[in-house]
Amino acid sequence: MGKRIGLEVSLAISEAVKLARVDAVAAYPITPQTHIVEELAQMVADGDLDARYIMVESEHSAMSACCGTAAVGARTFTATASQGLALMHEMLFIASGLRLPIVMAIANRALSAPLSIWGDQSDVMAERDIGWVQMFAETGQEAFDLTLCCFKIAEDPRVLLPTIINIDGFTLSHVVEPLEMESQQDVDDWLPTYVPQVILDPAKPVTIGPVGFPEIYTEIRKQQDMALIESYGVVLEVWDSFEKKFGRAYKPVETYRAEDAEIIINLIGAIAGTARIAVDRMREEGKKVGLVRTRLWRPYPFEEMRKALGGAKAVAVVDRALSFGGPGGPIASELRSCLYPLENKPVVASFIAGLGGRDVSIEDFYTIVAETEKVLDTGYTDEYKMIGVRE
Amino acid sequence: MADKRTWREYPVAATIHEPGSATGQNTGDWRSQRPVRHDEKCDKCGICWIFCPDAALFMNEEGFYEVDLYHCKGCGICARECGKEAIIMVEEGE
Repeated sequence: MGKRIGLEVSLAISEAVKLARVDAVAAYPITPQTHIVEELAQMVADGDLDARYIMVESEHSAMSACCGTAAVGARTFTATASQGLALMHEMLFIASGLRLPIVMAIANRALSAPLSIWGDQSDVMAERDIGWVQMFAETGQEAFDLTLCCFKIAEDPRVLLPTIINIDGFTLSHVVEPLEMESQQDVDDWLPTYVPQVILDPAKPVTIGPVGFPEIYTEIRKQQDMALIESYGVVLEVWDSFEKKFGRAYKPVETYRAEDAEIIINLIGAIAGTARIAVDRMREEGKKVGLVRTRLWRPYPFEEMRKALGGAKAVAVVDRALSFGGPGGPIASELRSCLYPLENKPVVASFIAGLGGRDVSIEDFYTIVAETEKVLDTGYTDEYKMIGVRE
Repeated sequence: MADKRTWREYPVAATIHEPGSATGQNTGDWRSQRPVRHDEKCDKCGICWIFCPDAALFMNEEGFYEVDLYHCKGCGICARECGKEAIIMVEEGE
């Protein structure tokens, strides 16, 4: 059993990284950054964490440095958000293409312009196709636990892919929550020292990231995608062993009162807490409403999502990001693709809410369910609806 | 396509485990021009050898720098840098 404490969620992630005995951290310390790397810098400066902390001149350099440290076999971590993640964009593909098991925390925040440092999921949704394993936490405990799991998943020789733990900016990253803090001994027992497969070493030279001529590029891309798809089994294994060791269970998809629900809300991240209260109230009022929270975003849990949502009349998807000129929200469009092969598929209504730090209230979920009922009655009138927008 | 391997048969991330494997690549077939040396002008200074970005020049027994046409891409840097105008670029096919 861990020790029960109260801790800011960003600092809980720093503690998890420290307990993972990370070897290298590279980060750029300016807004939009979080306390995660600030705390890690303090730990290294105080001698509490035996790691190399590399200060760089930009987020692009931060991810470049992480590629370098991971390529020489160091357990590597960084954190970013918003514009910082956007600036990393180019290097994010290098990390996954080189199969470097870097772990990164993202405190999801809006993208400029207009300038916004507040929370939504625009930053990471723009990085959907970078080839990283990606997951979303709802609570501080989950953020702490999944950060530990990320190292074990990323470094598994069957995976070797960089991995992202997403937390909602501010609503999770900056709040203090109660959580079970695990001991160094228990983490050491569960998370072994990283054993890299291939490293840059002058004694045994290799070329990483060579030119991929047209006659091999397709095969290497297929290899990379298969690694991501097949990482699914490793994710399940790691979460299973985490439960056995620490007693807390994680699954790719969380369902809440969804089994007999006619309308199911599907979303990602911390607004699930508010949605759960709304579901309880609507249930008390006799409405058959449920909730499905997608925890694992890449690899996408197709079968679990079909199982959890396939029996509903309608799914109300709540996205905290917008696909401009497209089908509404990225979570909704993924879900539509996922459910399309089913014969009797639910109607998928797309809602955009909580952009740029705007609260998503219990009342908003009432509106979302009411609008979904309208779609059930009359069919689609819009590709998506924006909740709470002044018109 | 010469390479018939399936995606399963490549090393992870296409990493090359054999040092110096590029020597086996016939990069010379990209060339549209080739360097031709005129021994009467050449003073064997080695500037061409220093500047060649592809290590496609090597010294022969007489001390002249020969072109390795299997790797020379015909960039013309050797001809440009030669202080004696002892290297002339000639169109391939001439």
